[in-house]
Amino acid sequence: MDQTPAFASDKPLAAAPASGPNADAALSENEALTKLHPNYAHALRVQTTLMAIPVLFGALILELALRDGASAALGLPTGIIAGTALVIALALIIRVPARRYNARGYQISDDRLRVVRGLLFRSDTVVPFGRVQHIDVAQGPLERFFGIATLTVHTAGNHNASVALPGLGELLAREMRETIRAHIRRETV
Amino acid sequence: MNEPQRTAPISVLLGAIGAIRSAILPAFAIAFSGIGGGDRIWVALGVGLAAAAIGTLINYVGWRRLTYTIGESDIRVESGVMSRTARSVPFERIQDVSIEAKPLPRLFGLVAVKFETGAGGGEDLALQYLSAAEGERLRQLVRQRRDDEAAAAPADPHTRAAIPADETGDVLYALTPGRLLTFGLFEFSLAVFAVLGGLLQYADNVIDLDIGNVDVWRDWLEEQGSTVASLGPYIQAAAAVAGLFGLIAVGMVTGVVRTVLRDWGFTLTRSSRGFRRQRGLLTRTDVVMPVHRVQGLVIGTGLLRYRFGWHGLSFVSLAQDAESESHEVAPFAKMAEIAPIVAAAGFRLPDDRTAWHRASKRHRNDRTFRDAAIFGVLTIVTAIMAPTGLFLIPLGAAVLSVGVNLYAWEFRRHAIDAAQVYASHGFLSPTQMIATRMKLHSVEIVQNPLARLRGYATVHLGLAGGQFAMQGVSLDEARALRAAVIETIAGTDYSRLDQAPENQAFSGAQSGLSSNFLAT
Repeated sequence: MDQTPAFASDKPLAAAPASGPNADAALSENEALTKLHPNYAHALRVQTTLMAIPVLFGALILELALRDGASAALGLPTGIIAGTALVIALALIIRVPARRYNARGYQISDDRLRVVRGLLFRSDTVVPFGRVQHIDVAQGPLERFFGIATLTVHTAGNHNASVALPGLGELLAREMRETIRAHIRRETV
Repeated sequence: MNEPQRTAPISVLLGAIGAIRSAILPAFAIAFSGIGGGDRIWVALGVGLAAAAIGTLINYVGWRRLTYTIGESDIRVESGVMSRTARSVPFERIQDVSIEAKPLPRLFGLVAVKFETGAGGGEDLALQYLSAAEGERLRQLVRQRRDDEAAAAPADPHTRAAIPADETGDVLYALTPGRLLTFGLFEFSLAVFAVLGGLLQYADNVIDLDIGNVDVWRDWLEEQGSTVASLGPYIQAAAAVAGLFGLIAVGMVTGVVRTVLRDWGFTLTRSSRGFRRQRGLLTRTDVVMPVHRVQGLVIGTGLLRYRFGWHGLSFVSLAQDAESESHEVAPFAKMAEIAPIVAAAGFRLPDDRTAWHRASKRHRNDRTFRDAAIFGVLTIVTAIMAPTGLFLIPLGAAVLSVGVNLYAWEFRRHAIDAAQVYASHGFLSPTQMIATRMKLHSVEIVQNPLARLRGYATVHLGLAGGQFAMQGVSLDEARALRAAVIETIAGTDYSRLDQAPENQAFSGAQSGLSSNFLAT
């Protein structure tokens, strides 16, 4: 009973545009997904490049090792292995990070956080603030260079025990942490 | 009361017995191996004694250095020989207290007391061994302290819910020996052969006889085979049938023995603060689960027992039970017996008014097509590569898979009502899950590329201590479901979950939402 006032004060904000879950769903599904920090696309690109380098080296070594043996015997043109690897790597580095960036997004309202991700395998998670156990803001070296951070909220559920939202501006991530924390405190006290 | 205390001194003796037991096998291995020539018996004896002595010493020092203190608001355990650890567990974080009496400690009247906190990775607090009286006293104490704290907190509806305050409570469910026997027959298991295999392998390592040698077996088989071949075809057939029956008999006896050992004297009682389960023939366990810690229910069954109307009920909770994730509270019962337990846990079984939704037909068709395609490819490959006629096997499998998928669709269902979510799947032995909407933690909608193309999704609900997923839900429905569930859980903070199982005004608002949802 005693949390009803708090809930009532939230309610008009959360469900004001229309009544019923469908209208709510329509609202939350289509627009209103907030884009991540533009630097996140660059960070993704650098990450992909770093991952591609060892593979390219491997392809090059394989190419050199087989140059006199199998490739010559089969009459394959020079550079077939390393060349293919390079083309695929370039495609992954140039094309994919931007698409991955576009596929991601989040939405924060006054009582929940929604995280959308995945290019092929879409996943769309909603965590109400009332179920957040603790919150992490983490920064790897690459993220620090680009001035972005990863916000991770932890829940008590076995599935989605931690929901990570990478690619937020550093300040924004801290702000969001404070927002969520303030909400938890308000609900509990 | 607040003095640091030690566990029972006999624990050292029990630890020593454990050390001796683990020293026996290496000692035997040395005795029967080629090490040390004629004196090896003595070497073995020496190694065994040394291992036992070291084990006893370590146990003694460990016992000397472990103390526990019952404080005002927590239990503290200090342990460690070289590096000291002090762990403190607040009373209100203790999910349940379980008491386990293994056969040997039981002889001395000792029990192991475990405080379940729900922390992952086996990081629970355990004290072994305490006297049975001390174990019971600790449990009462923890419960009492927690009650005091609950009483200090405002308006706990559970205390108002007029439950008899005595500690014994009503027996909700018990397994009679006759029922236990029936249960055991359904627990058919051929694990005994695996154990025999393991023993043989062990013997192979220890004893000089080379069991792994194929020739030994071939000779034996040929000998036996020629004996069999000399008999007529009818006798051969009879022998095969007898062998099959023997196998079934062994499986059933194993099942009965295992079940009796595990579930002898199974009693589930409802006491003032929760459910209490006692079971076990040699190893006796005694677990108390607070009602408000029950996160969800799983009603499972088996291939065969389902045909006879038998089901098993488990509680999903943060605390771990023996090896499994959830607590078995009625392993073998008719639905009529399960219903009162479900009601006592504050849940409701789905009834006629529950509006079940099937998985999307597109999901069904895609699954059917996928499985059939796999067998179809196999059929083509077999038709080309293998001798004629063999392709009929994968072809048959393809047809069968189509039938199975179409039939299984009938059983993949989900539902939502004002307070709970339901999901059910499995066509030979349907498993049903029930969870309270209020006690969910997150909702995720997942789609693979095909699902995106065809407009359905899998909905994962975050449940503490278990998994809850609905497969093949059409996208609109999934979104509506999520909106409804999130609306419920966003209204109550996690820290209030224990205290607020039902909020009347709130669930009234929710039923409006969900009826809206059901209309879609």
